[in-house]
Amino acid sequence: MNARFHDFAHRLRANPGALFALAIIVALTALTVFGPRINPNGIETLDWLHMAAAPSLQSAHWFGTDRLGRDLYARTLEGARVSLSIGLVASAVSLLIGIGYGAVAGYVGGRTDHLMMRIIEILSGLPLIFFVIFLTVIFGRNESLLFFSIGAVGWLTMARIVRGQTLSIRRREFIEAAIASGAGTGRIIFKHVIPNVIGPVIVYATLTVPQIMMFESFLSFLGLGIQEPRASLGSLIADGAGEMEAAPWILLIPGGFLAALLLCLNIVGDGLRDALDAKES
Amino acid sequence: MGQTVSPTLSAPASPALSIRSLSVSFARREADIRAVQQVSLEVGPRECVGIVGESGSGKTQMFMAAMGLLPSNATPSGSVLFEGEELLAADARHLNRVRGSKLTMIFQDPMTSLTPHLQIGTQLAEVLVCHSHLSWSEARTAAHRMLDRVRVAEPARRLKQYPHELSGGLRQRVMIAMSLLCEPTLVIADEPTTALDVTIQAEILDLLRAMRDEAGMALVLISHDLAAVAGIADRIVVMYAGRIIESGATAELLRQPRHPYSAALINCIPTVSGPLLARLPTLPGQPPQPGDSIEGCAFAPRCPRAAERCRIERPPLQDVGSAAQVACHFPLST
Repeated sequence: MNARFHDFAHRLRANPGALFALAIIVALTALTVFGPRINPNGIETLDWLHMAAAPSLQSAHWFGTDRLGRDLYARTLEGARVSLSIGLVASAVSLLIGIGYGAVAGYVGGRTDHLMMRIIEILSGLPLIFFVIFLTVIFGRNESLLFFSIGAVGWLTMARIVRGQTLSIRRREFIEAAIASGAGTGRIIFKHVIPNVIGPVIVYATLTVPQIMMFESFLSFLGLGIQEPRASLGSLIADGAGEMEAAPWILLIPGGFLAALLLCLNIVGDGLRDALDAKES
Repeated sequence: MGQTVSPTLSAPASPALSIRSLSVSFARREADIRAVQQVSLEVGPRECVGIVGESGSGKTQMFMAAMGLLPSNATPSGSVLFEGEELLAADARHLNRVRGSKLTMIFQDPMTSLTPHLQIGTQLAEVLVCHSHLSWSEARTAAHRMLDRVRVAEPARRLKQYPHELSGGLRQRVMIAMSLLCEPTLVIADEPTTALDVTIQAEILDLLRAMRDEAGMALVLISHDLAAVAGIADRIVVMYAGRIIESGATAELLRQPRHPYSAALINCIPTVSGPLLARLPTLPGQPPQPGDSIEGCAFAPRCPRAAERCRIERPPLQDVGSAAQVACHFPLST
């Protein structure tokens, strides 16, 4: 494992694009956490004197203000923070459910596997957006519902991937040896199967973070996600889209943030996958 | 038509493993494959039995059935008694109590039989924690002692290493150590030396022999290499196309094989002292395809002594001499 990890790290280091993207992600994340301290404008404070002001480093509003005079710097950082944390939390949730579900289906196999995979197919057949709209109508708008509905669908692909990986190692000799030495099913799944499939799965998880962020932004853009006065990148973009002829920066700044984050996350995810694939092949 | 046989050696105590008319068939779309057909075999306590046969002769599947390791499309029938308890019908809970502690297995390829992401020490200790309910620290100490017993140098360092850091021979020693941890009654070694190079093979076989003498367990050695088995087995069982065709005490069988197939196998062992041959002797022909249904003797098409009768009527496994059996209409004369 150590040598494998070493190899993996080496290949990753040989990919300057991925390292650069990783550096940008770290920098942007740090900015969303520590940025508000540098320029202490509240996300809800209205500045009546500067409504829809253009970005300027001389004024108090570095990124300008929106239509209501709220500071865009503070709101963009808040939005990026919310988007990132939704991406991370929902990915982690989908990772946990997906690993458990996929490993059990793949390892136990037979009829159980069949049934579990059919359930996944039914769930992935549901149109997600209608699903979310229904939930919003029934339970009203709140953030935990958003996490739940994204997480509820996000784990499906993860479970499929884990199941595939599990199938590929299930017939390997060390699993057979573990059975032959009297280990129970649960022990085999948790001690011998999951740790061996976790590498490629984690890499896939890094690719689901941008997917989920994208989806959250989409929901927020439609007004189904994060609600005012809080912001996510998607709701900021929705606001900006209304003003894009008069005040394009209200759209471009959060849009640029989202694009940069998604691009970098995808590049890093691809880099991780390549680093892992190179070892496998 | 069954060839159920009484125990070959007069085992004094109850046998460690007793296989009775065991058949294993694999369901396939076209035709079922009958990998093992009506095989009966007893392994006495402390006895070392060598199972010899070509690939596909059913030698491994026979013991996979005993360990409950058959793939899901295989159905075993018959009976496998281990220390008097039926294994074929046993549920997983019962099987898990037996396998790994009293009935253990050493696999062919030590390179892939150890879980890659766990330290050797953890894997060894896990067996004891599972079966003997020792604490992890006690189990690690016991693992250390066991590595020492299977002559692994620097056991303390090895315990902290991962499988890929060890050579093939060392890994097989670790597998042997693992199989011996809970003082088993029977160890099944499935081609334990096939994946290793020749000098290491000899060491591993020596180790198995020594462990058998020290630990006093019964040992089943499955191999396609008659020469490898001959060195340690008390008794040799020759299998062909899913059936036992000859069994007998090692020395006797080697000196005086009765079945033409055994004779041909022995003939194929190259010797250092014999005349230099331009080509090593081989057996002409191919073993039957696993799906074929065979009326007579499965070996008849390749057999120099085959007569018309061999193609029509399958020879039953019959007692010959004191403790030997052969399934042949025209056994080589004694």
